[in-house]
Amino acid sequence: MKKKLGNFQLDIEFEIDNKTLSLLGPSGCGKSITLKCIAGIETPDEGQIILNGRTLFDHKRKINLLPQDRKVGLLFQSYALFPNMTLEENILIGIRKNRSNKKSLVKNIINDFSLNGLEDNYPHQLSGGQQQRVAIARMIVNEPEILMFDEPFSALDEHLKWQMERELIDIINKHLGEVLYVSHNKNEVFRISDLIAVINNGKIEDFSTKYDLFNSPKSIYSAILSGYKNISKVQRVHSNKILAIDWNLEFQCNDIKDNISYMAIQEHNLDICDCGLTENTFKLSIDNIVENIYSNTIVLSNIEKSNVPIYMEIPKKDFNLKPKKQIYIRFPKEKIVLF
Amino acid sequence: MNYSPLLISLKAAIISTAINFFLGIYSAFLVSRTKKLKGIMDGILTLPLVLPPTVVGFFLLILLGKNSIIGRTLLRFNTSIMFSQAATIISATVVSFPLMYRTARGAFEQLDKDIINVARTLGLSEHKIFRKIILPNSFSNIMAGTILTFARSLGEFGATIMIAGNIPGKTQTMSVVIYSAVQAGNRHLAYNWVILMASISLVIMILMNKFETNKTYNMGKGGNQHSLCKYEKKTR
Repeated sequence: MKKKLGNFQLDIEFEIDNKTLSLLGPSGCGKSITLKCIAGIETPDEGQIILNGRTLFDHKRKINLLPQDRKVGLLFQSYALFPNMTLEENILIGIRKNRSNKKSLVKNIINDFSLNGLEDNYPHQLSGGQQQRVAIARMIVNEPEILMFDEPFSALDEHLKWQMERELIDIINKHLGEVLYVSHNKNEVFRISDLIAVINNGKIEDFSTKYDLFNSPKSIYSAILSGYKNISKVQRVHSNKILAIDWNLEFQCNDIKDNISYMAIQEHNLDICDCGLTENTFKLSIDNIVENIYSNTIVLSNIEKSNVPIYMEIPKKDFNLKPKKQIYIRFPKEKIVLF
Repeated sequence: MNYSPLLISLKAAIISTAINFFLGIYSAFLVSRTKKLKGIMDGILTLPLVLPPTVVGFFLLILLGKNSIIGRTLLRFNTSIMFSQAATIISATVVSFPLMYRTARGAFEQLDKDIINVARTLGLSEHKIFRKIILPNSFSNIMAGTILTFARSLGEFGATIMIAGNIPGKTQTMSVVIYSAVQAGNRHLAYNWVILMASISLVIMILMNKFETNKTYNMGKGGNQHSLCKYEKKTR
């Protein structure tokens, strides 16, 4: 599927099979547009979209189904409830024409989503969480073949988010079909989906299972998005040795491929050592200490040889470090990711 | 004082507002949906608002006059639009149409696009979306547009005098009677009509403001936070 929007070129291709796929990427990378193209709200310039054997869009065969005929569910960021209708009417209007016993259907779904007693309320009288439940209920009663969520939690408070996320995971598990989930939050995406596609600038940079993505990202964008803070350009200096250019440090590594250009390591995978005798252990100085809620992040640098910082996260309970001190830090070989 | 100008004006205003209510909303719906020629269509439909009313009157004269196709056809049935009460209605309709069309279009385009898009993905037909979602959610704006249209029709002068003339008891509207009273040096009569006209306009504007403030209360705060922000910006 391709689409041009001004200077921005969207070029995305993927296939999923009864799985939950998350599109992870910074804002403006083309995630939401992708969902809108699938829903038929935006029209791609080229390519095809096929859902369960039905062609929704094919520019060569000039097929472009109306959104009404696509049977896709899209949950908008703003929930887009109809402000002139009560909660019950909002859900009722989502039921497709050919269904009988609409009333009991609405009643059941209102029960399922614990919205009882709120039937006659208008959307502006509902809380953010309730609004979201109504929007999801309306989407579910419509019986779409694919569920799509466009950053559903961005408008919710932190404490509501967690609960809504648990509810959403239940809904996703009950749904017998594909689910597409768009977010820029790596934690959310990890908890919700099976597969993750990292999107950058309109293109898929990385497409893998969530475990592969977080343990061995394949591009610098995937590494940044999956939370790697320590990333450096590297140069291969020996069959099993690399030079991290940004930090001016040399590392021993296994299975170094020919075409690697970066290395990365998670900030919590670094170890403090007593001396510099073990493998991949260097004397670094503490430039700064940043206090988080449950841990401290120490900012390290390779004294006088480089000023690109290295971050390390340490739990608070056994923390006794001070700035300006020098310590030995070990980079465990098996935790270093090369790409 | 002879009250026939008031009645003629009211009649023209009421009928033209009724016509424009439907015509304006329907054109707004069509234009907000077209992609090509949108600019041209919008331009043509808004033209009566920016043209001097005498120019609109001149066009109507050419279109409906005795030498036009419409005029000649009507002559066969021994009638004519020119200098009849129908002419006061037509000129009021044409001149006030853009107000209805513009406000309705503005209202439709201000609506949260997501609401309409979500209705589409839920399988609602475009007509159902219009009836059940677009219209109810732009109700207050449409009412404001209707009131404006009415006020404009009521005071219509330029086009009216061009095609309806100044026949007392037949086509002499309030604005026309003021003009002729001043021309005839009848200050007293002019004062009376001016005061009446000004009070009607004032009442209309008060009504409209009332509507605007009620709107915030009735319509609530839109559906979600997103439209809430938009909404408040709009009413401020």
